[in-house]
Amino acid sequence: MSGNTIFLEFLLFPGLLFTAVAGLLTSWVDRKVTALVQMRVGPPFLQPFYDIRKLFIKETCVPEDGAIGLFLLAPLIGFAGVTLASMILWRTLLDFEATFVGDLIVLIYLLILPALGVILGSFASRNPLASLGGSREIKLMIAYELPLVLAVLVPVIQANSIRLGDLLSGPAPAATLSGVLALLAGIACMQAKLTIVPFDMPEAETELSGGVFMEYSGPPLAMFKLTRAMMLFTMPVFLVVLFFGGAVSGPGWLPKLTGFLVWFLLVAVTIVLRNTTPRVRTDQAVRFFWGPVSLVAALAVILAWSGW
Amino acid sequence: MNYAINALTRSLNVFHLGGSACNNCDIEILDALTPRYDLERFGITLVGSIRHADVLLLSGVFNKKSAIRLKELVAQAPRPYLVIAIGGCPCTGLMFRDSYNWDRPAGEYVHIDAFIPGCPPKPEAIISGVVKLIGALRSGALVPGSLQEPSGAGELVPDAASVN
Repeated sequence: MSGNTIFLEFLLFPGLLFTAVAGLLTSWVDRKVTALVQMRVGPPFLQPFYDIRKLFIKETCVPEDGAIGLFLLAPLIGFAGVTLASMILWRTLLDFEATFVGDLIVLIYLLILPALGVILGSFASRNPLASLGGSREIKLMIAYELPLVLAVLVPVIQANSIRLGDLLSGPAPAATLSGVLALLAGIACMQAKLTIVPFDMPEAETELSGGVFMEYSGPPLAMFKLTRAMMLFTMPVFLVVLFFGGAVSGPGWLPKLTGFLVWFLLVAVTIVLRNTTPRVRTDQAVRFFWGPVSLVAALAVILAWSGW
Repeated sequence: MNYAINALTRSLNVFHLGGSACNNCDIEILDALTPRYDLERFGITLVGSIRHADVLLLSGVFNKKSAIRLKELVAQAPRPYLVIAIGGCPCTGLMFRDSYNWDRPAGEYVHIDAFIPGCPPKPEAIISGVVKLIGALRSGALVPGSLQEPSGAGELVPDAASVN
C-alpha cells in the first residue's frame, strides 16, 4: 500500500473525518435520548456540529503561569490516539487481512491516550480544581484498566490470537458464558473510560465546575469535546469487534445489520446508565472496579481457559 | 450575516454570575432551563467554568466589592462573549441604590449587551430578551461589546484599596 492511501485513510475514511462525523452524530443521539428521558424536546440534529464550530471562533485563553506548550499539546495527544484507534478498528472491519499481529495491544494503548491527554492538560493548566479533576482521572484509570485488560483477554484466549482479524473471523465470544461475563465487565469499563455518569468525577460539574477542562477555551476545548464524542463512538465499536467477532463480520447485509444493532444497544445502555445513576465517589469507583468487576472478568478468563 | 455571529448565536453556553442577588432572579433563570421551556432546543446550555462561557448572565446588585470580581470574571471570558443583565438590580440598583456599598449600576462597570428588567423577570421575559438580542446581533443592528473597542467604562471600577 502506498503512503498516499494511508494518508487518505487517516484523514478521510475511516480515520479523522468519518470518526469525527460519526462521533458527533452519536453525541447528538446521546443528548436527544437524554432530553426525551427528561420529557424535553432536545437539541437540533446539527447541534454538536454548531458547538464545535462555535468553539473554533472563540479566543484561546492560556493560563499565565501554566505549562503553555503542554497545555496546548494535550488535546492533540488524545485526538490523535482516538483517530488512529478508530482507523485500525475500521480497517480491520473492512478487510481482515489488512491488519498486523499484535494490533489489539496497540489499540489498547491508543485508547489510553485520550485519558492521558486529559490528565496532562489538567495538570499543565495549573488550576487547583483542574488538578483535583486530573488526580481523580488517574485514580479512575488505575481502577478500570485492570478489569478491561482481563475482559479483553477472553476473546484473545478463545481465538488464540492477538490479531483483530483473527478475532473477527472466529466465532462470536458473546455466544459463550465467559464472553457474556467479560462483555458485562467491558461495559462497566467503557462507562468509566468515557468518564460519563456515574463515573464523571474528573469533571463533576457541580463540585469542580468543569474540573479537568476548566481552563480550556476555544479550539483546544473543541479538540477535547471532539475527542470525547469520537470515544463515545469508538468504544462501543471496540466492544462489538471484540465480543461479536464472527456474528458481525460475515458477507451479506445481515451481519452488518447485527453489528449496527449491537453497537446501538451498547450506546443505549451507556445513555440509560448515564440518566439513571448518580455520580459515585472515587473510592467507591475503585472498590467497584477492583472488587466485583475484576472478579467477574477474572472468572471469565478462567472459564475461557477451561473452554466455556 | 457575519460568520462569527452566526456560529456564536447557534450555540450559546451560559455562565451564571450572581452578584449578591436575592435569589429570585436565579430561580427564574433556572426555570428557563427546566424541561418546561427547554432552552437546549436552541443550543443554550449552562456551563460551570467562565472559560467555556459565551453568555454571562448577571443577576443582583454589584456593589463596590463584588464589582471588582465582576470586572475580573468578565476579563477572563474568552471573546466573543455577550453580557446580559437579568432583573432590575444590575440594570438600575432598584431599592439598593441608596445603600452605603452601592456605587453605580453594573452597566457602568462593564459593557452590557442586553438588559432584561423585572423583579424578577419571568422565564418568558428572559427568553424573549435573549431572542431579541440574537435577532439584533444577526441583523447587524448590534455588535457585541466584547468585539467593540474598549470604551473606557472599565476604568470606573474602584480599586481594592479604596474599597477595603
